[in-house]
Amino acid sequence: MKAKIHITLKNGVLDPQGKAIANALGSLGFKGVDGVRQGKYIEIELAETDPGKARADVEAMCRKLLANTVIENYAIDFVG
Amino acid sequence: MKAAVIVFPASNCDRDVKVALERTEGVEPVMVWHKETEIPKVDLIVLPGGFAFGDYLRCGAIAAHSPVMYEVRQRADKGVPILGICNGFQILTEAGLLPGTLLQNAGLKFLSQDVHLKVLTSQSLFTNRYEAGQTIRVPIAHHEGNYFADKDTLNRLEDNGQIAFRYCTEQGEVTAEANPNGAARNIAGIFNGSKTILGLMPHPERLADPALGGTDGKALFDGIAEALS
Repeated sequence: MKAKIHITLKNGVLDPQGKAIANALGSLGFKGVDGVRQGKYIEIELAETDPGKARADVEAMCRKLLANTVIENYAIDFVG
Repeated sequence: MKAAVIVFPASNCDRDVKVALERTEGVEPVMVWHKETEIPKVDLIVLPGGFAFGDYLRCGAIAAHSPVMYEVRQRADKGVPILGICNGFQILTEAGLLPGTLLQNAGLKFLSQDVHLKVLTSQSLFTNRYEAGQTIRVPIAHHEGNYFADKDTLNRLEDNGQIAFRYCTEQGEVTAEANPNGAARNIAGIFNGSKTILGLMPHPERLADPALGGTDGKALFDGIAEALS
């Protein structure tokens, strides 16, 4: 089973990289970019086959290490 | 007094802070590798600057789970003073020993320069050799020094007198222009509630000897030695 995790900055947390990307898109001539927020995408291969257990494990991984919940949200999807 | 300096892979200010401690009268530093599960009996624990574990994932995130950090937490609970400088500050926030976190600098650039700091209080074991309101000059060298916490946490820090240092002008004015990295409310360093833990982004150990071009950082180490000896 594979976990796909998206980690994004919470609303209100400054994202200077997102701003720089938005500026770069503007200078490349792309119009209508109202805002860019950058995040992280993590894939984890899991030996666990039970979906409930896998979710609990990955939730714990996110809370303990993968995301800093002071500034970040996380969303988990499973495939396989 | 004895002080333990925790050394992580890619700590790079561990020796600087060791020298600053050695040159402080009455202080004997010992170095402790991050894989140790025990720390000798010490009066102070220092988490030095650097780029522990390459700052992978987030600054300080992986170091915060090093084996030695379990013992650091235990000592913190017992009231053993802890000083986190730069990367050490980032590790303390990731370990949950100090509130908030350090984001990338608002200007996206790594900053290596001297800054001026306003000392907010002399009522702590770390700042007793400074005067409240005093302006000091100390270097910064970081890419993620932009202190962030939610509004309630920031208000609580202010109300409880937990802000140790704010970025200011040479004249001591706390202005947006004097804020090098976008830190919330110009915060450069904070205490925990009982003021036994101090985390700060600037490097007092880098201006603690006349040969380095200044000594404003030395009072921090002198003050700690006086309070704990």
